[in-house]
Amino acid sequence: MEDFFQHVINGVSLGSIYALIALGYTMVYGILQLINFAHSDVYMVGAFAAYYSAQFLGISEAPGISTLVILLASAMIGCSLLGLMIERFAYRPLRKAPKLNILITAIGVSLFLEYTAQVIFGADPKVFPTVLKDSVIVELGGVQIKSLDVAVLAITLLMMLALNFLIYRTKIGKAMRAVSTNVVVASLMGVNTDRIIAFTFIVGSSLAGVGSVLVGMKYPKIDPLMGMMIGLKAFVAAVLGGIGSIGGAVLGAMIMGLSEEMVVGYLSSTYRDALAFGILIVILIFRPSGLLGKNTVEKV
Amino acid sequence: MKILLQSMKTPLITFLVLLGIGLFIDIGVNAYIQLILIYILINMILAMSLNLVNGYTGQFSLGHAGFMATGAYTSAYLSTLIPVPAGGLQIFSFLLFAVCGGTMAALAGLVVGLPSLRLKGDYLAIVTLGFGEIIRVVLLNTSAVGGARGMYGISGPTDWTLGEWTVSKFVTGYSHAIFWVLVCFFTLWRLIRSSHGRAFLSVREDEVAAESMGVNTTQTKVRAFVLSSFFAGVAGSIFAHYANYLNPSSFSFMRSVDAVIMVVLGGMGSLTGSIVAAMFITIVPEALRPLQEILGVDIRMVIYSLSLVLLMILRPKGLFGTTEITDIIQWLKRKMSPGASR
Repeated sequence: MEDFFQHVINGVSLGSIYALIALGYTMVYGILQLINFAHSDVYMVGAFAAYYSAQFLGISEAPGISTLVILLASAMIGCSLLGLMIERFAYRPLRKAPKLNILITAIGVSLFLEYTAQVIFGADPKVFPTVLKDSVIVELGGVQIKSLDVAVLAITLLMMLALNFLIYRTKIGKAMRAVSTNVVVASLMGVNTDRIIAFTFIVGSSLAGVGSVLVGMKYPKIDPLMGMMIGLKAFVAAVLGGIGSIGGAVLGAMIMGLSEEMVVGYLSSTYRDALAFGILIVILIFRPSGLLGKNTVEKV
Repeated sequence: MKILLQSMKTPLITFLVLLGIGLFIDIGVNAYIQLILIYILINMILAMSLNLVNGYTGQFSLGHAGFMATGAYTSAYLSTLIPVPAGGLQIFSFLLFAVCGGTMAALAGLVVGLPSLRLKGDYLAIVTLGFGEIIRVVLLNTSAVGGARGMYGISGPTDWTLGEWTVSKFVTGYSHAIFWVLVCFFTLWRLIRSSHGRAFLSVREDEVAAESMGVNTTQTKVRAFVLSSFFAGVAGSIFAHYANYLNPSSFSFMRSVDAVIMVVLGGMGSLTGSIVAAMFITIVPEALRPLQEILGVDIRMVIYSLSLVLLMILRPKGLFGTTEITDIIQWLKRKMSPGASR
């Protein structure tokens, strides 16, 4: 039983990291109907931005809240600049092109970032700076609640609340929702759609930046290909919850994180990657637009 | 010129011509380039077969590598059960393996296609991606085929003698690959121009209209998917026997992406476009190798990915769009002929 609760805690912690990355996928999809394959590499660049700024400031070996904040800020800034550039130079010229072309472009951008990172940062893994001391905060009948898990969960919750506020309580959030409902009508109502799309990329990318620091904190090894698998799983989580839906992304990510942790705990860790897709396929067959996705009616 | 074009329409003559070219290559070219050539042929089959699903039927599959893996492993496993005879008979055993591998992949395609082809667009893409990954993970965990270590020493083509001639390993493998490229090309080419083919096209153009015209859209999609998986399995079989080594990691998501890139680059719905794109995509990374020696860093893939993005921005319909090379030749002929009325 204690094992079970321990797995739940680990699963929630993993799930919240997936959620941060899945949100980036789902927001871009909601607005552009584009699977932004480059998102997983934006996340990777975030980890490197944090790594190099820690090196530059000499805080690689100084765990503490201030380090955490500095690293989060640098990863978020690095990611949002990159996201903005990708949107401006790769996706904007293709706004009116067929969807598949934009998708291939996204894959191209993703490959470009991966291989450029291998050239610039080197292909060998680097050790991420220690951000927080990993200590057991509470122990409840054999279940350990560690400071890292608490920090991951707290930061994720904070980000979700901020995102929720941004989307549902601010003017720019209203504009985002309008663009995602109907681009043409939104632009007729005086919304500068290009600017809103760029802003969406900034928000999504900086969430990926937060995710990268949290992952680096928990699993301190970063390399240029680190985004591939986690990006794929976060994307699966977004589809699982119903792509385009913010709540769905979080729900899907939690399901993914928990089930993955359970498989690793009780079955075999080699099947963890297959499981993610297994769940996805089962859910999509019964609910073709995801758990919380809107069922679109086909009009002739 | 005209006779050449006419004769290219006959599979047998094309086969003999390409075989003759193969004999030349065997004498004049080293093993490295021969290997790349075989890879080009394999990629051609992959690209053409995926074009049937992604280009002609308008669906979006991202799991082609999974079917290729199914074919490759089936075929490699069979070759451990049935020994490959020496001499000229080996060609027949490779043909048999390819057919079995393809059939197995087609079965996998049926199992995957039946439930998932009800989905549309990106959802379909991600489900096929998922199936592809599941096939790979299952192979990774099956110790009968080597698991993560991979499968070594798969019997491949060997040198054999025909009278006083020695038929080299390359010519055997090459003729096998060429055979399947032509089977794939002519099957698809003629299929697309048949009534079944028009059903595929109608599903791509407008599913609702197709359905109201009496086309069973789900069945049509599954048919395209199964046929496409068959050829992917064949490609896998050729790959397994020529490389003599299989590893689950060579059938990752990236290989599916490569296949999609070839289809889009060549033009969705252009078989000859797929062929040209398969050559291009296989050759470019290899051709950029000298650059790596000059600069000391591996920027091949950087250039490759950058050119991909630029190509999509500058030439969004791919190299050929939906036209074929033959259309272009005919257009040129019309332009060049004196006294053309148009």
